[in-house]
Amino acid sequence: MRLKLQLTSLRETTPMEYAKRFLFGGLVTVLASLVAEKWGPIVGGLFLAFPGIFPASISLVEKHKIQREAAESKYGIVAARREASVEAAGASAGAFGLFAFALVVWKAAGNHPLGLVLPLAMSGWLAVACLCWLIREKL
Amino acid sequence: MPDLLLRFVIGGAVVSLFAVVGDLLKPESLGGIFAAAPTIALASLALTMKRHGADYVELEGRSMLVGAIAFVLYASAVSFILMRFRAKAMATSALLLVVWLGTAAGLWAVWLRR
Repeated sequence: MRLKLQLTSLRETTPMEYAKRFLFGGLVTVLASLVAEKWGPIVGGLFLAFPGIFPASISLVEKHKIQREAAESKYGIVAARREASVEAAGASAGAFGLFAFALVVWKAAGNHPLGLVLPLAMSGWLAVACLCWLIREKL
Repeated sequence: MPDLLLRFVIGGAVVSLFAVVGDLLKPESLGGIFAAAPTIALASLALTMKRHGADYVELEGRSMLVGAIAFVLYASAVSFILMRFRAKAMATSALLLVVWLGTAAGLWAVWLRR
């Protein structure tokens, strides 16, 4: 298996799709802060890990795969759903990383500056997510 | 209101950035980890710290643990259903949000609410 950056995949996303991602991302962030304002940090904190834009992301993966297959005159629905499933499996590895991120914030935010806590938490997210991804690939 | 607007702009930008990185990375399963990046937390924790202080952020971090456990179950369920039944991605991932909500609510009731 080779890791690579595929720049051509950026062209598959239309300006409208980029705009929708921005809009959804902004709305979900605002929603999470409104929940915290209304019900406090214990309920609000749950929504820091809410998969709000995940349905839109995964359906884009499916749509782009169908378009690629159609360009080769293939019927690509089954392949597209398999690819979306693989993307979701990757997201479950990312969610383990999200757990590590939250753990660092919980344990360190009270006695360290956020400028240190956030980079540390991000490193924890990336390390755990990649480790889980690697384990899954080896199985 | 300016605070919410700022959160909207930062949230939109952070989500877009991680989505682009996820699009670029192949294989898809590796790109998929960016679909579960801590985008909402990154977009809002600095503003929350400034407004409410460290104790509040700590509590949010502890609750986020529960949200993350719910996300693991949710993403695994979506992956399984798509692979097993070849269901439509949007419908499956939207309907299965009940898995996230149910898990988060259940763990909140048994752990966080005390």
